Amino acid sequence: MEDLTSYPLELTGPDIPMVRFLNVRKSYGELIVLDNLNLDISPNEMVTIIGPSGSGKTTVLRMLMTLETIGGGVIYVDGKPLTHMPKNGALVPADARYLRKARSSIGMCFQHFNLFPHMTALQNCMEGPVQVLGLSGREARERAEELLMMVGMIDKKDQHPSRLSGGQQQRVAIARALAMRPKVMLFDEVTSALDPEVIGEVTNVIRDLTTRHSLTMLMVTHQMGFARDISDRVCFFFGGKIEEQDSPDELFSNPKSKRTQQFLSAVKAAD
Amino acid sequence: MSYISFLSEHGSRFIDGALITGVQFFCSLALAAVIAHVFGLVMLSSNTVVKSFAIAYVEFFRGTSLLVQLFWLFYVLPLFGITLNNFLTGFLAVGLNLGAYGAELVRGAILSVPRGQWEASYALSLSPAKRMRRIIIPQAIATMLPAWGNLAIELLKSTALVGLIAVPDLMFQARELNNSTYLSTWTFGTALIIYYVSARFLITPCMRRLEKIMARRMGRA
Amino acid sequence: MQWDWEFTAEILPKMLWATVNTLMAAGIGYVIAAVIGLLFALAQRTPFRSLTFIVREVVEFIRSTPLILQIFFVYYVGPEYGLWLSPWVAGMIAIGLHYAAYLSEVYRGGIESIPKGQWEACTAINLTMAQSYRRIILPQAIPPSIAGMGNYLVSIFKDTPMLSVIGVEELMQAANAVGGQNYRYLEPYTIVGVIFLIISLTAASAIRGFEGWIRRKLGME
Repeated sequence: MEDLTSYPLELTGPDIPMVRFLNVRKSYGELIVLDNLNLDISPNEMVTIIGPSGSGKTTVLRMLMTLETIGGGVIYVDGKPLTHMPKNGALVPADARYLRKARSSIGMCFQHFNLFPHMTALQNCMEGPVQVLGLSGREARERAEELLMMVGMIDKKDQHPSRLSGGQQQRVAIARALAMRPKVMLFDEVTSALDPEVIGEVTNVIRDLTTRHSLTMLMVTHQMGFARDISDRVCFFFGGKIEEQDSPDELFSNPKSKRTQQFLSAVKAAD
Repeated sequence: MSYISFLSEHGSRFIDGALITGVQFFCSLALAAVIAHVFGLVMLSSNTVVKSFAIAYVEFFRGTSLLVQLFWLFYVLPLFGITLNNFLTGFLAVGLNLGAYGAELVRGAILSVPRGQWEASYALSLSPAKRMRRIIIPQAIATMLPAWGNLAIELLKSTALVGLIAVPDLMFQARELNNSTYLSTWTFGTALIIYYVSARFLITPCMRRLEKIMARRMGRA
Repeated sequence: MQWDWEFTAEILPKMLWATVNTLMAAGIGYVIAAVIGLLFALAQRTPFRSLTFIVREVVEFIRSTPLILQIFFVYYVGPEYGLWLSPWVAGMIAIGLHYAAYLSEVYRGGIESIPKGQWEACTAINLTMAQSYRRIILPQAIPPSIAGMGNYLVSIFKDTPMLSVIGVEELMQAANAVGGQNYRYLEPYTIVGVIFLIISLTAASAIRGFEGWIRRKLGME
């Protein structure tokens, strides 16, 4: 069992990051997925994670959404521990109740959308607000319709997901996540399962979010051009670690690490 | 009275009953297997007369209850001058009933043999009988064996009904013993455990074994 | 032996009344089975290993032993511990538990067929475990299970004659009574068979229709 006494019960000071990974570790048996990860994301920052498959980039998002248990270290969201809770002046692993409360400020979009197939687009977006936030049906509907309007799906609001294209489903999924009013949005390879011609409709929605809303965003993507366009910072992951991080212009045009250079040129060659 | 002395006093009745249940099981399983294959194949025949007869048979036996069929054979057949002994009536009813369920399995398994296998047999100009026997049925058997494992357990459980027409099987013995000793937990409990052990630790492992052997023969393992 | 139409007409109303009881027994038994079966299925998905193990074994035991013996067991064992159950109550418990074991497997298959992403989406919008099951998982798991659940409704109906052994006044019991009084078994047992055939064939096709309807209703096609 790890000694957690050195970790603060909450973060204090003038510049509290929205998300902080502190010595975060994760392994599946022998395989180390995250190796002492330290990563801060400021409020309203858009951070993109790139890297080869198996480098642990998706795991970062899944741990933040509490879909994976933490192997070591602590994650803080908005100054408060996410994966752990204070008990008798020390941090202990969070129980289900604490986790549920702590993750309420986080929203996530998935590679395969994961819309609820038995509900219409509108119902998908109303489910969380009604069931979790306790909004009335009317309030939830107004909020859902406003968001569906924003992602350009209002005219399909009464369709079930099976009637929608991949790009349309992903836009509904973004609206569903936003309906919970998260402070942090996670995008896990949201364009990877899409046909090339509809990728743009999804990236445009995300681009819109960066300019018009105050949201902290963490994204894993294979779309290098898109990452370069919209990110405030890009992290290149390799072997469960951040190999290199920088502003997108700097990282893409002037990568310092050998591995980053190799990865970027391999991606370029494949395009 | 302790359970041990209960067993030493009445254990032989459970053994006698279990043996009768075992014989009923094998007789009705054999009958069900034959019926299943005959009717399963006939259901696939192109001759509408025999085909509809087979379908009617299957629907009839699956649509009416086994207990009703058993009582009908036992009480009604003698009125037409056909008198069978209890034992024969018992496994006939179980075999005829479960055979109807088995026929569906056979039909489904044969239909699941890929088209290419049929075409290849045509190409070798095998006679229809040979095609079935040498090519199609062996493959179908491998596919349907797992389902037959379940059916065998259903069949074992179904044989418990023959006790109701006084075949001295396990269920019958337990009931008799209960009527004479009033030790319901022990009598019915013991019988239940014997059925459970037979199903779980005799029939299931045997069927698994058979599945493995068939899979090896098909070169699938 | 000749079919006696006059006798048939005389006993038919009685038999039809008994059919109502049979349908009621099947309906009540099925509701019990559907509810307890769901509990069995959910209990096997809790993180408590020992609970999962126990429920799994109970389900296996119930599935591998004959219903008729379980009916006797429930009916006769209660009084040994001072609990006297009426034939109806004992019968409903026995048949309900028996089919709960089968239905739990249907539910389990349905729940396990739901992709992991649906659970993750539930976490992402922060639904509780109970809400996830109730709002997201079960509504998706149940429609594909309906064919399986429907088959068991027909099965439970066909097994209700077994309740006659402890004196539940259903169709089989009525036929036994009428037959015994008049020494004529041909008509009563045949009527029972015909009634069973009609109801189970109708039910089977109704279930097929219902399955299609619910799938369309939920926009799954």
